[in-house]
Amino acid sequence: MGYLDGFKVTFKQMFGPRVTNRYPDVKRPKPLRFHGRHVLNRYEDGMEKCIGCELCAGVCPARCIYVRGADNPPDAPVSPGERYGFVYEINYLRCIHCDLCVEACPTEAITESKLFEFSFTNRDDAIYTRTELLVDDEGMPRKLPWEDWRPGDEKHTSAWVRATSPSGAASYEGKPAWSGELGFGVRPPEKGQSDFEGAPAEPSINEISPQPAGGEPVPPTGGQSGTVAGG
Amino acid sequence: MGDPLYANGVDLAVVLIVALKALVTFVFLLVSVLLMVWFERKVISDMQSRIGPDRAGPWGILQTLADGTKLFFKEDLLPEQADRKIFHLAPYLSAIPAFAAFAVIPIGGTISIAGHTTYLQLADPPVGVLFLLAMSSIAVYGVMLAGWSSGSKYPLLGSVRASAQMVSYEAAMGLSVAAAVLAAASLSTHDIVGAQSTWNWNLWALGGVPFVIYLIAATAETNRPPFDLVEAEQELVGGFHTEYAGIRFALFFLAEFMNTITVSAVAVTLFFGGPSGPHISFLPTLWPIVWFFSKLVCFLFVYVWFRATLPRFRYDQLMDLGWKKLIPLSLFWLLLIAALRIGRDRGWNQPVVVLISLGVGIVAYATLNAALRVGQRLTDDEAADPDVDSHQVASGSAPKAGV
Repeated sequence: MGYLDGFKVTFKQMFGPRVTNRYPDVKRPKPLRFHGRHVLNRYEDGMEKCIGCELCAGVCPARCIYVRGADNPPDAPVSPGERYGFVYEINYLRCIHCDLCVEACPTEAITESKLFEFSFTNRDDAIYTRTELLVDDEGMPRKLPWEDWRPGDEKHTSAWVRATSPSGAASYEGKPAWSGELGFGVRPPEKGQSDFEGAPAEPSINEISPQPAGGEPVPPTGGQSGTVAGG
Repeated sequence: MGDPLYANGVDLAVVLIVALKALVTFVFLLVSVLLMVWFERKVISDMQSRIGPDRAGPWGILQTLADGTKLFFKEDLLPEQADRKIFHLAPYLSAIPAFAAFAVIPIGGTISIAGHTTYLQLADPPVGVLFLLAMSSIAVYGVMLAGWSSGSKYPLLGSVRASAQMVSYEAAMGLSVAAAVLAAASLSTHDIVGAQSTWNWNLWALGGVPFVIYLIAATAETNRPPFDLVEAEQELVGGFHTEYAGIRFALFFLAEFMNTITVSAVAVTLFFGGPSGPHISFLPTLWPIVWFFSKLVCFLFVYVWFRATLPRFRYDQLMDLGWKKLIPLSLFWLLLIAALRIGRDRGWNQPVVVLISLGVGIVAYATLNAALRVGQRLTDDEAADPDVDSHQVASGSAPKAGV
């Protein structure tokens, strides 16, 4: 056929499968450690985790976080300990979602959700304040009108802190060393490296079973024992 | 002889019928452009394993309407360096010939309105084919002036390419069209269609070569891929319409797609018997229109298929193909057909005529080749001459290419 072979190829393509995702209707599963918009977590008793130390603001390369700490009121403390985040603002016009704030946070107060589809129409809406970032009384992120949450999305708020074994030591693999969260308790550890041999490399968040994922269930250090994806 | 509408003089009813036909043609062209854009986007996305527009209306069929509405409300920008009057004139110079060319296309047989019988075509001038060629030549001015009046370098480059390309392929297209004219012994499109009915299509009556040449030349004339050097996005931003926005840009777009439809309709008329096809006694007026449009859609599909398959030509390849291959070939074929027709009229021996023509053709081809080779050798010799600096640069050994 020579010159005309190309025509055959394009003609055949017409009856082949389509590679397009029907995006707004059907979304691709997001990766487990996807960096989305942040949430401010609370302990299981409802106290805020943020202690107003401003490490996140200091480490932020985009300078998009503004934090002011204040002393806890003695009669009605907001967080356990001395201080709490009195002002907490993230400007999403500047945020690059690098998650350095999550790495810097000493109390796992700030973590990331998987939400990236939020389209505000004015600059004030782009600045998320503490009220908007803080999880609600069920421990779920607050859903703002311009954010595109799908059912089940709100449960995936703190993957990164659970990603690696504490201190990077192999002997800690599978042992959670993080505090419990309001609504979720102590989240199960991710599978260790040894479990990944022969297993699918990166499970998407849609495939995570609600059961503890580790090979051997490890008794949680505290809080609601055994509660995993409750709420 | 001519449209029977004017046989009994021109009265008010005749004027009204002509106005109605003009309106119907205009609306039909606008709607068909909407559908053509949608059709092209859908088919090409099928060929690229995509879905294509599917949001506006069922199967995305209203997408073009939405795009057009958007373009209509966009700001109309005027570059500071632009030549105001010509910049404003150019889109219309591009769009109006595209409309006008369709006027002479017969899309069906005859119909009767209020006691008047008329052809299903807006006009049937005795110079129909010449009118088509004239309109496609005038369209060059729209592109040329748009690029020149923008006062910007990429549009100018695009329009220089456009004028060179359109002038080059106009000759090959004219010669292939002349073959069809020769077969019908008339310039009127209605007569050309009549001479082909029912199955004596010029496609095989003329040996296929004029059709292939017409198809290639028409693709080049309309600046469609693989001949879209005029608006080669990777090289020239948008080509001649880079500085245009809003409704003026939409007019260029409209003209481009309308030209595609028109050249397809011309191909159907000249080589595929226009509205001729199997005669069905049920609804005899309707079927010729159906045949015409099914042939037209096949052609439009072929153009989209070209676009999906063929990579863009390089500029020298484009010129080589036009001047060194298509024009000699179509000239030879035209003379062959003319010789055969004269031979038939005078009662000459047909195989002898073919053999003599082939002999002449081979001699002419060899002469042309020899001439081209001499020209190439002279160029090479000059390039190899170390005394001439500018040619050394052109030979490619220096880092700067071209002069």
